[in-house]
Amino acid sequence: MDLSSQHPPLSTCPVSLTINGQIRNFDLHPWVSLLDLLRGPLELTGTKKGCDHGQCGACTVLVDGERMNSCLKLAVSLDGAEITTIEGLGTPDDMHPMQKAFLEHDAYQCGYCTPGQICSAVALLKEGHAHQRHEIREAMSGNLCRCGAYTNIADAIEEVLGTEAAASVREAAE
Amino acid sequence: MLNSSKVVGLPLPRIDGPLKVTGRAPYAAEHFAPGMLQGYALCSTIATGRIAEIDTSEAERMPGVVKIYTHENRPKAARRDEKWKDEVAVPGHPLRPLENDRILYDGQPVALVVAESFEAARDAAALIRVRYEAGEPHTDLFREQANSYVPPVLRAKDMAPPSPRGNAEAAFAQAPHQISAEYSIEGEYHNPIELFGTTAIPAEDGSLMIHDKSQGSQNSHDTICKIFGLNPDKVTVRNSFVGGAFGSGLRPKHQLFFAVMAALDLKRPVKVEMSRSEMFYLTWRPSCIQTVSLAADEQGRLQSVMHHALEATSRYEDYQENVVNWSGLAYKCDNVTMSYEIAKLDVSTPGDMRAPGAATGITALEAAMDELAYEVGMDPLELRVINFVHRDQNQDKEITSKALHACYREGAARFGWSERSHEPRSMREGNELIGWGVATGIWEAQMSPAEARVSLSAEGKVVVSAAASDIGTGTYTILGQLAAETLGVALSEVAVEIGDSRLPTTSVEGGSWTAASSGTAVQVAGRMIIATLLKHARKMDNSPFAKATEDQVELSDGRLVLEANHQLGVAVSDIMGEAGLTVIEEHAKVEPDKAIQKKYSAYTHSVVFVEVRVDEELGQVRVTRVVDAVAAGRILNPKTARSQVLGGVVMGIGMALEEEGMVDHRTGRIMNHNIAEYHVPVHADIEDIEVIFVDEDDDKASPIGVKGLGEIGILGVAAAVSNAIFHATGSRIRSFPITIDKILESETMQ
Ligand code: FES
Ligand code: FES
Repeated sequence: MDLSSQHPPLSTCPVSLTINGQIRNFDLHPWVSLLDLLRGPLELTGTKKGCDHGQCGACTVLVDGERMNSCLKLAVSLDGAEITTIEGLGTPDDMHPMQKAFLEHDAYQCGYCTPGQICSAVALLKEGHAHQRHEIREAMSGNLCRCGAYTNIADAIEEVLGTEAAASVREAAE
Repeated sequence: MLNSSKVVGLPLPRIDGPLKVTGRAPYAAEHFAPGMLQGYALCSTIATGRIAEIDTSEAERMPGVVKIYTHENRPKAARRDEKWKDEVAVPGHPLRPLENDRILYDGQPVALVVAESFEAARDAAALIRVRYEAGEPHTDLFREQANSYVPPVLRAKDMAPPSPRGNAEAAFAQAPHQISAEYSIEGEYHNPIELFGTTAIPAEDGSLMIHDKSQGSQNSHDTICKIFGLNPDKVTVRNSFVGGAFGSGLRPKHQLFFAVMAALDLKRPVKVEMSRSEMFYLTWRPSCIQTVSLAADEQGRLQSVMHHALEATSRYEDYQENVVNWSGLAYKCDNVTMSYEIAKLDVSTPGDMRAPGAATGITALEAAMDELAYEVGMDPLELRVINFVHRDQNQDKEITSKALHACYREGAARFGWSERSHEPRSMREGNELIGWGVATGIWEAQMSPAEARVSLSAEGKVVVSAAASDIGTGTYTILGQLAAETLGVALSEVAVEIGDSRLPTTSVEGGSWTAASSGTAVQVAGRMIIATLLKHARKMDNSPFAKATEDQVELSDGRLVLEANHQLGVAVSDIMGEAGLTVIEEHAKVEPDKAIQKKYSAYTHSVVFVEVRVDEELGQVRVTRVVDAVAAGRILNPKTARSQVLGGVVMGIGMALEEEGMVDHRTGRIMNHNIAEYHVPVHADIEDIEVIFVDEDDDKASPIGVKGLGEIGILGVAAAVSNAIFHATGSRIRSFPITIDKILESETMQ
């Protein structure tokens, strides 16, 4: 993608990112955050901007499987990384289990913090530290929800955690 | 009257949910057009004074910058106040961005940079040099008490406190039990997670498409057309998805003006998205100082209620809200005096924030009721029960319905209130002091005029259209449910189009009135479709409807049937086929019933029970349990309804313990203008919240029995938390938010 029409004062760097399974090559100005790359030129607006300062978690995406505030990452620093955004987790017709659980538990209202909450929750389960509700709450505290859907979000995560645990018990037994 | 095929009242997931949870719902700043420019505002760093000099030369040299707007080169816009006043403006002179060199509040926009990229615009803004002549700021409400006044022009007729009844002073003096206390609440900031943003896209034919973060597309539309003298038919404002607002999106914000100004001037699409710090410079819940005096007889019956409030407003507008009037109607009392004043500060104009006025006033009233309960020596819940009132004594009207006793009963049972020990500081576990508090909530059940268009096709597809907004409230879903049920189709057959200024007229989404108003319009339009179908069906050969009236028929599974006998009916497709129609469309216009309004007042009610645990050494408060029992008439969707209340409770916990704009009064600037330092509740702060909807039939508050839920959830929460803290610690802390420092300094925690 050619972004040189933007005449920035700095020269560009080549960066290669795998975004939602697709390899993309860019010549990027160093001052572009991953968040602004996604939300701007790439038009992947499922990743939200709530503060641009690492305070709200709305911009959470998965970078090599780990949750990260994309506003705090310069895109050029991620050469070779694999990035999954909310769009890559599922589609309206084929939702990720976490997306389904959010829908079922009404774990959102305005929906603006939601992609960040979901990406964060998906990574949280993979991290494997959160087993109980208070641990979920603690480990999700970087994702603010001004609509106050917290209890429903915890319910949704608990449900997915439960089914995943059940599935791994089944697997182990087989 | 609704169809028997049940859709309304079911806890269905939101119909806009799949788009939201997969990141496909586009919000205001998430629209694109070729050649789009980005705008970034620079905000003032003084609270009052003037711009002596503004130098943009260095910023202009930043590659990518297209144009920088300041008061020295701003394109022409309307000058008269009238043109700047939006649908919900308050008395005064609305702020016109970049109009002149005057600075009226911290963070007022002083320049807009428009550039080819966001990064260039942002960095260029940092290169603008502004020299200010700063005046002396007045931002401390306590110090401005001497300059308070009764608003000379009322924002709305019913905003003024009712005239006194009885003799509150004398009754107070004679009563055996009296309390009188001052309560203060710091300013709060709405801080929806979505930043305010606008995308303005001009087209070749001179038309303009605007995506705006707003609680009313038509309010933004009409206001921006007046400001720039645009042909209203050529301008569209959309707000299909709104990332929260809580009142902050009721009045258009400066980014709308900026995006449209630059798009018109540069003839290119322009997007302006605010920064988080800018979100602190828009509007706020005003800081407030209140005095409440209550007196009761030996049995706890209220003898006197006196409530005075002083709130902040800006230099340029007289914001007002109903803080004290609630005290005249919450409980039975024949001697009542209430008064309300405002004082000007060098701040941005305050605005409505979730349950405006009530959240502030009821916090003080309900904290005072708790103090009175302890003064009388009775259970705080019992005190409320014995002062129950069936009438609106303020307006001397009947109340349409008030299932508050059921709230008290069911809430108390669920919470286990009867296990409470009355003495403060009498419950503990380990190093935590446990406290249980209670408070009542009340909000007006309002309905506003609204229109809606509904169509039904021969195949049974339904389209609902109205310029309503869904700010997270569930509007999409409940309008869909009402249409589905009225027209006897599944919810999946209904498409809901809202958030577009071209659609049928709807007021801004606020005051909890959307469900009652737009919901009624949708149902009426649906019934009009049935009437039209009936008219055509009657003409058919051997029509079973020859003698049927509109009230006797309904739609069920694609057939027009007799309500009394569903066997008798005709397929909608046959009726339309015979009449030569493929679709029937009706447009309904509804408004509140004046005759009912004359006789009745309508309110939602709630009671909130709270458990707190206070760490004895650290002073840290945890809100471990909340039960909120709500009487709000008919619940259209228990799932989304519950979420509305949960959200209110969470914001109430923020109000009680965390939220405060901290102003450095020497400079008049907000110090914590970010969401790391302006604390809002996070996951870790929110434990168990239970919501109960008690049964309440009401055929007067609105034709569909709905009272609205956007505000009631927050009401009573801050007071219940503070009452629980008293119960836990034995200290009354009357300044909100009740932060750890105040707890540690309180008498009983030393
Ligand atoms: S936008 Fe990245 S944390 Fe808020
Ligand atoms: S759903 Fe609105 S901020 Fe979380």
